[in-house]
Amino acid sequence: MEEKKLLKGNEAIAEAAIRGGCRAFFGYPITPQNEIPEYMSFRMPEVGGVFIQSESEVSAINMVYGAAGSGARAMTSSSSPGISLKQEGISYIAGAEVPCVIVNMVRSGPGLGGIQPAQCDYFQSVKGGGHGDYKMLVYGPNSVQECVDIMYNAFDKAFEYRMPVMILGDGMLGQIMEAVTLPPMKDFSNVPNPDWAADGTRYGNDRRVINSLYIQPDELEALNHKLFAKYDVLQEKECMYEEYLCEDAEIVITAYGTVARIAKSAVDMLRESGVKAGLLRPITVFPFPSDRFARLASRSEVKKFVSVELSMGQMVEDVRLAVNGKKPVEFFGRCGGNVMTGEDIVEYIIKGGK
Amino acid sequence: MAKIFEKPKMLTDKPTHYCPGCTHGQAHILTARAIDKLNVKKIIGVAPVGCAVFAYEYFNCDMQEAAHGRAPAVATGIKRVIPDAIVFAYQGDGDLASIGMAEIVHAAARGENITVIFVNNAIYGMTGGQMAPTTMIGQKATTCQSGRSVALNGYPIHVSEMLSQLQGPCYIERVSCHDVKHIRQAQKAVDKAFQNQVEGRGFSMIEILATCPTNWGMNPIESNKYVEEVMCSVYPLGVYKDTTKEEA
Repeated sequence: MEEKKLLKGNEAIAEAAIRGGCRAFFGYPITPQNEIPEYMSFRMPEVGGVFIQSESEVSAINMVYGAAGSGARAMTSSSSPGISLKQEGISYIAGAEVPCVIVNMVRSGPGLGGIQPAQCDYFQSVKGGGHGDYKMLVYGPNSVQECVDIMYNAFDKAFEYRMPVMILGDGMLGQIMEAVTLPPMKDFSNVPNPDWAADGTRYGNDRRVINSLYIQPDELEALNHKLFAKYDVLQEKECMYEEYLCEDAEIVITAYGTVARIAKSAVDMLRESGVKAGLLRPITVFPFPSDRFARLASRSEVKKFVSVELSMGQMVEDVRLAVNGKKPVEFFGRCGGNVMTGEDIVEYIIKGGK
Repeated sequence: MAKIFEKPKMLTDKPTHYCPGCTHGQAHILTARAIDKLNVKKIIGVAPVGCAVFAYEYFNCDMQEAAHGRAPAVATGIKRVIPDAIVFAYQGDGDLASIGMAEIVHAAARGENITVIFVNNAIYGMTGGQMAPTTMIGQKATTCQSGRSVALNGYPIHVSEMLSQLQGPCYIERVSCHDVKHIRQAQKAVDKAFQNQVEGRGFSMIEILATCPTNWGMNPIESNKYVEEVMCSVYPLGVYKDTTKEEA
């Protein structure tokens, strides 16, 4: 049954994960995502699931690998420095084609950085992150409701493609409270374990091995191509974005996550002062909506793109690749845990860029 | 003619890549025989990184290959979601006692109901003979070519002694395979480590002292002698923890 509730982003994600079928959570404390493991610690036992506070992020992601490799809907959550530690495990998970969900409530960096909101983990989320050639399906939701909606279906996507799915939240998303509609509990009690899962039931020639070691170059190259063929399908089928006032826009602002909400108010302000601004908000940051950027770049009325981010400029690189020199691509950002206002964005645009 | 010896069912027909005289083959047999004796429907093994990295090709059940040192965490994840499966991790000394020290200590401290087979040959075999956390004082390795020095490298880690200080583990024993008598004793220990799991008694680990003729620069006979005379004195055999006895 659907329910309307006022929830903090982290709690909402945790509840949506459970309603989406998650029955195993492994995590380690780090700000600003602590409400997720805290919520899971009491909620998992209520639904017959498993919760462990692991000894490290490294261990948590490997517990996910073990549980998910045997067919469970398993997840972990962390924040930037913790995600760095998980990258080894994520690489193995990607290589072994194990489905799972990883939530990253991004804080500022590098190093220990700060605990305030940031988007400086874009690179380590969409470009692979760990060693080797791989990607994840990465969502950058902009509201607590969108976190819920994406998390609710994230396991279905992970299992459909047999790959890790990441929910990339700029720290604010974890901490803000918003009214959300929670979807009904999905029931997987009659769904058989997937045919690839090493669940202990097979022997001899039927046995299943969850593995990312391929010592023969030709076999490994074949795996690399197989994985990238899946990423091509993602590009075709899973790209999500939202457009706001782009129909006649001369200046296309692009932003993802909470920043896109600030950018949207900036677009309204710019429109009021006669500037034809629009917003293109990627909802999936991998796959990146490159085609949409390319089509907008081909329009004669579009004069430039401005990527607005809580970083020193990371997504802007993907925007430039997509626009491919057809139009100027500028960057406006704050970092270190600082957040720009709508007025800051307006001022940047009105002054004509840098 | 009566059949007096049979390969364990829990081993595949794949020829192993282990060097002549290496104890891994024996350790695989001990593990496989112990599992063969259990009357259980679900078995999942976790392979390490190191010489036993291909263990998933040799054990005849569902397997997961873990990252270096992470086998106890992977086994934990599996066991918690499939509690009625018998889950074992098979690890070497570099994997378990160096890079994976956190994972083994915390799996033991949590009393995870898993079985760990710890093969200690006091050296990194797969990478070519580097110093291990269990390399003994004076023992030569490619990264301590004059022998392990306390001043430079500190002391070797005695894993069974250390883990037995924790409250979590049920059963910890160190065994050797340098002769038939000891192999038989080792089999009993490995059997018990799996039976404990069937009975839900919690974490069991068997440390098997092992040879590495290739990287020790010895032949198999010399290697067995080295285990008997040197390793067994540095790493004394025996039961370090057994809560099943306390209960009885």
